[in-house]
Amino acid sequence: MKLLFERSTPGHAHTILPELDVDMPALPEGAARGQRPHLPELAEIELGRHYTELAKQTHGVNDGFYPLGSCTMKYNPRVNEQAAALAGFADIHPLQPACTVQGALGVMAETADALAEICGMDAVTLQPAAGAHGEYTGLLLIRAYHLERGDTARTKIIVPDSAHGTNPASAVMAGFTVVSVPSNAQGGVDLDALRAAVGPDTAGLMLTNPNTLGLFDPNILEICRIVHEAGGLCYYDGANLNAVMGHARPGDMGFDCVHVNLHKTFSTPHGGGGPGSGPVGCKAFLSRYLPGPIVRKGEQGYELFKPEKSVGRVRSFHGNFLVVVRALTYITMLGAEGLPEASAHAVLNANYLMKRLEGSWFVPYGELCMHEFVIDVAPLKAETGVSAMDVAKRMLDFGIHPPTMYFPLIVHEALMVEPTETESKAELDAFIEIMDRIWQEAHEDGARLHEAPLACAIGRPDEVGAARNPHLRYEFGDLS
Amino acid sequence: MSNIPENLRYTSSHEWVSEEDGVYTVGLTDFAQDSLGDLVFINLPQEGDEVVAGEAFCDVESVKAVSDVFSPVSGTVVEVNEELADAPELINDDPYGAWIVRVGEVAEVEDLLDAEGYAAVCESEA
Repeated sequence: MKLLFERSTPGHAHTILPELDVDMPALPEGAARGQRPHLPELAEIELGRHYTELAKQTHGVNDGFYPLGSCTMKYNPRVNEQAAALAGFADIHPLQPACTVQGALGVMAETADALAEICGMDAVTLQPAAGAHGEYTGLLLIRAYHLERGDTARTKIIVPDSAHGTNPASAVMAGFTVVSVPSNAQGGVDLDALRAAVGPDTAGLMLTNPNTLGLFDPNILEICRIVHEAGGLCYYDGANLNAVMGHARPGDMGFDCVHVNLHKTFSTPHGGGGPGSGPVGCKAFLSRYLPGPIVRKGEQGYELFKPEKSVGRVRSFHGNFLVVVRALTYITMLGAEGLPEASAHAVLNANYLMKRLEGSWFVPYGELCMHEFVIDVAPLKAETGVSAMDVAKRMLDFGIHPPTMYFPLIVHEALMVEPTETESKAELDAFIEIMDRIWQEAHEDGARLHEAPLACAIGRPDEVGAARNPHLRYEFGDLS
Repeated sequence: MSNIPENLRYTSSHEWVSEEDGVYTVGLTDFAQDSLGDLVFINLPQEGDEVVAGEAFCDVESVKAVSDVFSPVSGTVVEVNEELADAPELINDDPYGAWIVRVGEVAEVEDLLDAEGYAAVCESEA
């Protein structure tokens, strides 16, 4: 399709301005550009068509099934949008005096309280703008805690080998070094390896539970105990909270701080930039380090304050506030009964898919899963040459967004499937039929699947070429 | 089946090693490059860096994943294959020619595998 610059026609515009009837002041020397900027010129209808054409080339949860493991691509209820569009939320400014935005501050306070209750924490900041940003914030709390006690030897963060890649990356960003511990045969943390890894240099552990194999670690209490006894703290990566929301709380498992992804678990927009939101919760003893400002209820209504030993801001103003409005709408609409029911359905859907598929597809660690499970395509590849990539690409032909591929790293030809609670049984059955068909195609004519997708406008973009020789700006050619 | 030359030594984390006059040359095996797929980036150490046996000293990125490269020896980096910085694909094209670093002043060497031992490791992971 044409880019905006290629649709541009000199003189086309949205708005017809009246003729300039005052003198044009001259710009000071040196303030004017040497060259006119390259701005596309389009009428509103041309602009509208451009973005509509782009929208038609995308796939979202409103288009079809989107079982992207670890990402929790659940449906975003329309009522969330209605709440976020209310003028009292949408038409305010973060620098307004607190007394003029009491409703908005109330939303922040209520959301923080609800998330603290769901996670078993005591205090919450809404500033972090996404999951990894939340991890980084949580690690800053852990760091501040050790430093304030004068314990400067705790420089290492322990991360299981099944972790999200953001965990080690966040730890390094926060100034720690990373120690990886292997998984045991059941897909959980290897306790002996963990015992061997902890010591006086352990700052903390980062763990997601259920983990990236979709398994709830039955040793979770022991894991947190081992880390605590060594003097470290435990961080809960809330990426997979959708599996346990309202059923089990990270705080009760022994975790000291957590992040949650509003754009996953709490049904706010995800993908295409969201924007996301990754609030961080902590136990009371860490709350003095939280980023400020935080909302609290004072005598004159809601007010903002900065915690005593705050690590400082991690984001301008109050984070992605309108995302928080959407999340509170979701929490309020579902309530204390609906949230655990949503989790139960997410787990039921994943188990239904897993059990129906595992007759032919190989599911390692396949006893019982939580909200997602991992298919290993390696046996199919050995037999037919068809890889996880080929299977994923073929799904595109059926209007399905492929599952997460090649992750977790401990499963080599991984397809990580997370259906979420918002898919019906009929939708899951349709997916199973498609998977059966791809299975048959692999055995009948595996080579053909190397060419998949067979019916999409774009098939296999040159990812390697794009990574090795990225073109980061538009080339204007003759226009310049 | 991946190519595992008889004259080299290996780690179970898929590095190959050769030694000459106390200087150890380290690279990634054919199995490693094949599992990773097309490499698009390599984060090389610098000459003079200290490396520790069993610890990561370099990382490589493919369109699939980012992976650490572990040092089989403890010592000092005496030479880096800078050519890889602009052309990480050389590792895909010729894994046993495209060495990553040479390490000298070696204080410790991990227990290394011979070709047969390493073939068994690859077999178990395939």
